[in-house]
Amino acid sequence: MTDSKYFTTTKKGEIFELKAELNSDKKEKKKEAVKKVIASMTVGKDVSALFPDVVNCMQTDNLELKKLVYLYLMNYAKSQPDMAIMAVNTFVKDCEDLNPLIRALAVRTMGCIRVDKITEYLCEPLRKCLKDEDPYVRKTAAVCVAKLHDINAQLVEDQGFLDTLKDLISDSNPMVVANAVAALSEIAESHPNSNLLDLNPQTINKLLTALNECTEWGQIFILDCLASYLPRDDRESQSICERVTPRLSHANSAVVLSAVKVLMKFMEMLPKDLDYYGTLLKKLAPPLVTLLSAEPELQYVALRNINLIVQKRPEILKHEMKVFFVKYNDPIYVKLEKLDIMIRLASQANIAQVLAELKEYATEVDVDFVRKAVRAIGRCAIKVEQSAERCVSTLLDLIQTKVNYVVQEAIVVIKDIFRKYPNKYESVIATLCENLDSLDEPEARAAMIWIVGEYAERIDNADELLESFLEGFHDESTQVQLQLLTAIVKLFLKKPTETQELVQQVLSLATQDSDNPDLRDRGYIYWRLLSTDPVAAKEVVLAEKPLISEETDLIEPTLLEELICHIGTLASVYHKPPSAFVEGSRGVQHKRLPPRAGSGESTESPDVGQSGPSEAPPAVIPSQGDLLGDLLNLDLAPPTATVPSVQPSMQMGAMDLLGGGLDSLLGGDIGGSPSMGAGLGAAPAAMPASLGGAPAVGGGLGDLFDLGGGVGMPTGSYVAPKTVWLLAMKAKGLEISGTFARRGGIIQMDLSLTNKAMSVMTDFAIQFNRNSFGLAPAGPLQVLTPLSPNQTIDVSLPLSTSGPVMKMEPLNNLQVAVKNNIDVFYFSCQYPLSLLFVEDGKMDRQVFLATWKDIPNDNEAQFQIKDIHLNSDVASNKLQGSNIFTIAKRTVEGQDMLYQSVKLTNGIWVLAEMRIQTGNPNYTLSIKCRAPEVCPFVYQCYELVLKN
Amino acid sequence: MIHSLFLINNAGDLFLEKHWKSVISRSVCDYFFEAREKAVEPDNVPPVIRTPHHYLINIYREKIFFVSVIQTEVPPLFVIEFLHRVAETFQDYFGECSESTIKDNVVIVYELLEEMLDNGFPLATESNILKELIRPPTILRSMVNTITGSSNVGETLPTGQLSTIPWRRAGVKYTNNEAYFDVVEEIDAILDKSGTTVFAEIQGVIDACVKLSGMPDLTLSFMNPRLLDDVSFHPCVRYKRWESERVISFVPPDGNFQLMSYHISAQNLVAIPVYVKQNISFFETGSSGRLDITVGPKQTMGKTVEGLVVTVHMPKVVLSANLNATQGTYNYDPVTKILVWDIGKLNPQKLPNLKGSLSLQSGAPKPEENPSLNIDLKIQQLAISGLKVNRLDMYGEKYKPFKGVKYVTKAGKFQVRT
Repeated sequence: MTDSKYFTTTKKGEIFELKAELNSDKKEKKKEAVKKVIASMTVGKDVSALFPDVVNCMQTDNLELKKLVYLYLMNYAKSQPDMAIMAVNTFVKDCEDLNPLIRALAVRTMGCIRVDKITEYLCEPLRKCLKDEDPYVRKTAAVCVAKLHDINAQLVEDQGFLDTLKDLISDSNPMVVANAVAALSEIAESHPNSNLLDLNPQTINKLLTALNECTEWGQIFILDCLASYLPRDDRESQSICERVTPRLSHANSAVVLSAVKVLMKFMEMLPKDLDYYGTLLKKLAPPLVTLLSAEPELQYVALRNINLIVQKRPEILKHEMKVFFVKYNDPIYVKLEKLDIMIRLASQANIAQVLAELKEYATEVDVDFVRKAVRAIGRCAIKVEQSAERCVSTLLDLIQTKVNYVVQEAIVVIKDIFRKYPNKYESVIATLCENLDSLDEPEARAAMIWIVGEYAERIDNADELLESFLEGFHDESTQVQLQLLTAIVKLFLKKPTETQELVQQVLSLATQDSDNPDLRDRGYIYWRLLSTDPVAAKEVVLAEKPLISEETDLIEPTLLEELICHIGTLASVYHKPPSAFVEGSRGVQHKRLPPRAGSGESTESPDVGQSGPSEAPPAVIPSQGDLLGDLLNLDLAPPTATVPSVQPSMQMGAMDLLGGGLDSLLGGDIGGSPSMGAGLGAAPAAMPASLGGAPAVGGGLGDLFDLGGGVGMPTGSYVAPKTVWLLAMKAKGLEISGTFARRGGIIQMDLSLTNKAMSVMTDFAIQFNRNSFGLAPAGPLQVLTPLSPNQTIDVSLPLSTSGPVMKMEPLNNLQVAVKNNIDVFYFSCQYPLSLLFVEDGKMDRQVFLATWKDIPNDNEAQFQIKDIHLNSDVASNKLQGSNIFTIAKRTVEGQDMLYQSVKLTNGIWVLAEMRIQTGNPNYTLSIKCRAPEVCPFVYQCYELVLKN
Repeated sequence: MIHSLFLINNAGDLFLEKHWKSVISRSVCDYFFEAREKAVEPDNVPPVIRTPHHYLINIYREKIFFVSVIQTEVPPLFVIEFLHRVAETFQDYFGECSESTIKDNVVIVYELLEEMLDNGFPLATESNILKELIRPPTILRSMVNTITGSSNVGETLPTGQLSTIPWRRAGVKYTNNEAYFDVVEEIDAILDKSGTTVFAEIQGVIDACVKLSGMPDLTLSFMNPRLLDDVSFHPCVRYKRWESERVISFVPPDGNFQLMSYHISAQNLVAIPVYVKQNISFFETGSSGRLDITVGPKQTMGKTVEGLVVTVHMPKVVLSANLNATQGTYNYDPVTKILVWDIGKLNPQKLPNLKGSLSLQSGAPKPEENPSLNIDLKIQQLAISGLKVNRLDMYGEKYKPFKGVKYVTKAGKFQVRT
């Protein structure tokens, strides 16, 4: 006869039947019925309807029946609070029973009934039980306080139970002490600052005494509690350590690990030259090793903790490498942890063994494990320099196996080895290149491309190799695309003659055809670097890279210290501070290791181990990406800061910030070379847009690089970043942003057309309304290819000033109409007046003086330009870039007076006097002009130019 | 502390739940099932699983997952140790720990769980005490109970609960007083292709079966206690005396228990009782391979090696094996891909050999991994570490007990790489 019979009644009237049986007169039948009820309960069936009937069975002298009813009550009282009250009387009566077992059982069960109304009745019996003569009842009552606190914390405090609980720490019975500590610890967790566990040498002594005599579980609670104590001096610390050490031989691994925690923490206070310190270190190793022969789940937790311990004190386990060797039937989670620790323990002394093992693992079945093993070989090479050569040859052996994932993993780590030991193992590159085709994982492809780029000068067919990747550029992951871009640029810098086409191709792929901002930005920055100053580009791109550090995955020292204080806890398993993740710990205090005793020792920081790899914080390697990121920020910060003051309508959109700058550079050149004059119409200006479609045009680009390098670029006029002029929602999906530029005497309107609609757009055309200075398109809008959805095309439109004139309000307003195959759209924008400043605007001195006097004083306007930190020479150079010419400079009493002239396209002269006081960032600008309306706009140009 | 416990079988059915605090919905186990699915093999389920509001700490024993739910910071080892204790208690009570025995004894299981934890704090985990509180089921007792109406639950407070020797119950009486000790050593070793020891260590335990009346106080001493530098004792052992005199002094629990376990580390020279000559190779073409294994004695200290079994985990592509064993029988299971060669006693004059061909799935590439060999063996009357018990003395009682010590060496995780 087994209990399974209780499960067999599944027919319709089950509850009804049980009800009848529960109310039976026969004791035996009642008990059987309750058993059936419990059985249903355990499998999750709802038998709460039987509540009153079951509670009726509570008044019995049969202990088993009573226990069963209690079990039921605990489960269902919450759903039937009113009914549960019925049971209170019996509880109160049972708390006075002669049999301590029943007294304890009653107080225990009452605490488990989570009903507010009942807890009120619980207080009196609980108070009695806490002072019961029988320790069994006392220890049960101690736990009950924790239960009650969980239900109603205020009640527990009001009733003074916490003080009673503290008194129990001094109880004569060790079991009571242990439970009181456990209960207090649990309560303390919800009151981080309550000082509940007020530990002093006396209580510590009591705890240490109880430690020897209580159960294994009690020992865990007491040890954990001890760990939060801060000894007064090293002597006290040593005496606690001495009394805790025997726990290291306990059969219960949780006791062992808690003891390890106490020792690891208190060891910090011991002077290192003390004999005892060395003894203690030796004693710690065997129990840790023993933990590894336990069940795999225990091993896992132990390994996670050992990982912390070897980082903190590598000397403890440095001779125990072999116990971390992996057995093939270890669960995967154990294997991976062991591998991690093996690498941490790897040193010159044992590297041969470790490598042999790792090679063995690399032929195992489990893919994750194999990968990690291969990676581990790479880490060994980086960690133990003497072994690097052997590691590399091991990796080569593995590559010969041709197992796909092994090869890929090996290539990834070889890249790191190259980083660590540059110019040492290049002989293997040929072997690596053989496996190029089999690489299908982004990380491996990126690594391989990096290697090819880095050592391009030694790989004869580097260009072919890289070109082969380029074919499917858009299908690659970003990681690979970025790497490919960089690698080709490196290649170009190393072998400029034969790879021009390649670099143009990749630059245009990255900048024109990619939606990824990182890729585009990196593309532009390279483009710009290459076009402005190839020498600088070489310095930046081929800069010597910082060596990668030995151990990249060490836990940060302060976190490590905190985790050492939490050995054995969940925090130690996850290697995260407890505050980071445990929901129940409402604000855990950060624990720190105690400082080492003796002031003379203070110079020696606690985390400096003998061989301590943790001595220096691991160097952070700025990756190339970061480097470029910095450059970008540098370049772009100023324009973003000041633009709005000039062109209120041009609010900073999230537009392609680099676009303008780049085009201005290119455009400057184009203007300068007469062969590509305006005769070509808009085509050269629109080159970036058409590059993708017509690679032939790109030929000119290569020349541009050379030109840029040889001749040097004229400091072009300032070009504001593009702003959105036409919103997509107002133009059926066409978004237009743009800016104006004057390049080599040609006024250009740079436009970015973006198709945000679902269909392709074609047939673009543009027209201007009449405006103040007669601006008009000098050619048609050159959009060669249809604009497909989500595509953006950049176009530069040359403008002339020979169009019809009409005074606009404001003066620099321009109304534009753009047509495409869908509709005609209108928008207006404002251009900076500097667009109209002509190149021959330098007035003769004499004429200047005469004109200045000639213009009536009424036409003079005064402005303040604030926060300019330039000296007069720099300022005048800057202004000259925008065709504001300085005619004369006078210095009077530390004040520089600059006399300047500007000529507009329509022949209007503007004269200006700028006063710069040394040390004063505010300039005073006086402008005189026969047409005073332009003065404020000229002032705007001044400000714009000077501030950028 | 431990909040709830769910028992889940290998098929993923949740067949028992127990809550020590408020009830937690069993839907929390969905996170476990997710991890279970990811792990493929049940052995590979990570022991600690994080969910948004709880942590699930689980162990896998006897094809059952014991999944506990915790909500606050609790030492995971504490939970895992406790779960193992639960499994051991079931084993102790019902003879085996399986889904069917647990279901058959569900009420006792529930009572036990209730006794073992209170509000998540361990209460009584010693089997001696539990058995006084809740009697284990026996056919006889359940019949007597049905007739007399008496119950399975003890009416009195277990005496051991509060004494300083909680592991022993009072008033033990035997007509035959006897104390037997088994020194069991397991060799964990990894040998490489050439037969050199990569790693070897010994895990030893001393199991005791003590049936002595009254309150005996025993002292066990060794001939060579210096061998033992890494030991774990049953709580009954007086650690101070071990520290100072290297003798084991204790008041034993009643019945079977593990007195101590010890670990002889890789740094000592561990004798390897057998050697294995093996050659397992696969041909590039023809979808076949060859296998040739010979086992011979190495350091057996003059004793006979028995129960020799060689297990090989073959690569997945091996379909069948056509072999010839000079001794014992072999069996290849094409589903699990495990080749088991049961040799039996090792005869040093005529070394057992297993030889023949393996056939592979046609067209499949040559397997990349090398199969590992697992060796199982047993040597009676020998503790391979050389540990020897000197004498056992009893104080505190007047009678003369029967005493006995048995030694046995087994292979633990004994692997040969190929």
